Amino acid sequence: MRVNVTVNGEKLTAGDVWPGESLLYVLRERLGLPGAKNACEQGECGSCTVYLDGTPVCACLVAAGQAEGREVVTVEGLADGDRLDPVQRAFVECGAVQCGFCTPGLIVQAHALIAATPGVPADAEIREALAGNLCRCTGYEKILDAVRLAAARKAAP
Amino acid sequence: MDFLRPVTWADALAAKAEHPAATPIQGGTDVMVEINLDKGRPSALLDLNPVAELQDWDESDGWFRIGAGVSYTRVITELGAWLPGLAQASRTVGSPQIRNRGTVAGNLGAASPAGDSHPPLLASGAMVEAESVRGTRLIPIGEFYTGVKRNALAPDELIRAVRVPRADGPQYFSKIGTRNAMVIAVCSFGLALHPGRREVGTGIGSAAPTPRRAPEAERFLAGELDWEGRTAPSPEAVRRFGELVVQAASPIDDVRGTRDYRLHALAVMARRTLGWAWAEYKGE
Ligand SMILES: Cc1cc2nc3c(=O)[nH]c(=O)nc-3n(C[C@H](O)[C@H](O)[C@H](O)COP(=O)(O)OP(=O)(O)OC[C@H]3O[C@@H](n4cnc5c(N)ncnc54)[C@H](O)[C@@H]3O)c2cc1C
Ligand code: FES
Ligand code: FES
Repeated sequence: MRVNVTVNGEKLTAGDVWPGESLLYVLRERLGLPGAKNACEQGECGSCTVYLDGTPVCACLVAAGQAEGREVVTVEGLADGDRLDPVQRAFVECGAVQCGFCTPGLIVQAHALIAATPGVPADAEIREALAGNLCRCTGYEKILDAVRLAAARKAAP
Repeated sequence: MDFLRPVTWADALAAKAEHPAATPIQGGTDVMVEINLDKGRPSALLDLNPVAELQDWDESDGWFRIGAGVSYTRVITELGAWLPGLAQASRTVGSPQIRNRGTVAGNLGAASPAGDSHPPLLASGAMVEAESVRGTRLIPIGEFYTGVKRNALAPDELIRAVRVPRADGPQYFSKIGTRNAMVIAVCSFGLALHPGRREVGTGIGSAAPTPRRAPEAERFLAGELDWEGRTAPSPEAVRRFGELVVQAASPIDDVRGTRDYRLHALAVMARRTLGWAWAEYKGE
């Protein structure tokens, strides 16, 4: 089957889609957008997090056909050309990226948290918001630093 | 595999009647895991996301009718004030991403004994609104769970909504797991006090082949509580309540915990939720 979906503002069509395929597979293998990562395919790690109609979800758990006619934003869609999104910049500056596999999902999830929170979210809020994103490398401290930095810059630019 | 995409509720019911073997998919947080891990391939997926009728909830006569497409996130933010037990349980489901997609109706469809919405639905006396081209029926929640991962839906039926009465007293939910997020319950317990009719509701999760109530514990506690004067129940009564909850359970040993641990934990959760509920009732 064919799936029509708007990804990062562009109307795209994926052909030859198997009906049991996930949105993640379509993004990575059919539309050439490898930003969202495939690690567990069972919703446990969050590395495939993308926006679906403005809400962060695990792309591995959305059936491709469920994305028909909807809007998806992946980590590739956050930067403005070469200008990184403030959340991306904070991750780089804080050393919150090691192997980088968890990073795209964390960036999208952190982006959603910061967009929804006025001011700097409390640590407990950050931890709860990122509870579905696993990182095997950093120990999370630098990730928390990055989220606080990006939120502080948004609050007082 | 076929992918069916009805856009109205009437079309969805017609599609289910024509393809009774099709697997409905709402949030996909159970269905897609099975497909991704190749644990079973349905002959067809019946996508309910486009069905606008399922995306809303409303209230009338003290009952909330929660459409099958309403996510846990929305239950928490939009319904928490009136359905605190269900909202507390919803908060413990998976992660934000899972709660953004997963639904109470999907939890009912999966009917896992460990599903977190079941104990509060049992404790509050909810009803499942099932519909097919043949008509609508309201299934009392206690009759909905028929076996491990089995429910009372007929092959041509879909869940239209879950109906939950507005809380008429304190409601609490407690869940045991290895961390605070992303855990399937080792066991869980829901409690609802109904001071208006002097009744108590309970729901046990992950400690029997199906979610179930503890009717004797409910009757005992309802008779024991000082509804009028609001003095605290005696320590013996609290302990006895815990014992009766334990007697209603029949857990097994599995990878998440042993039978003995679950029985012990259930008694603790029963006593604790009662403590929280009574403190709230007394206005503390
Ligand atoms: C990482 C992860 C963590 C999780 N953590 C928890 C947790 O903490 N607690 C918990 O309880 N669950 C948990 N789950 C399981 C799952 O999220 C829940 O069971 C959720 O409620 C399923 O809802 P859904 O809308 O995604 O269902 P789907 O996957 O779309 O469907 C689930 C089942 O219900 C059926 N169904 C769906 N809608 C209907 C309908 N309208 N009529 C009839 N049948 C229908 C489907 O055919 C399927 O059998 C977790 C899952 C994942 C992937
Ligand atoms: S790949 Fe989707 S959550 Fe792990
Ligand atoms: S940086 Fe390696 S998994 Fe997070």
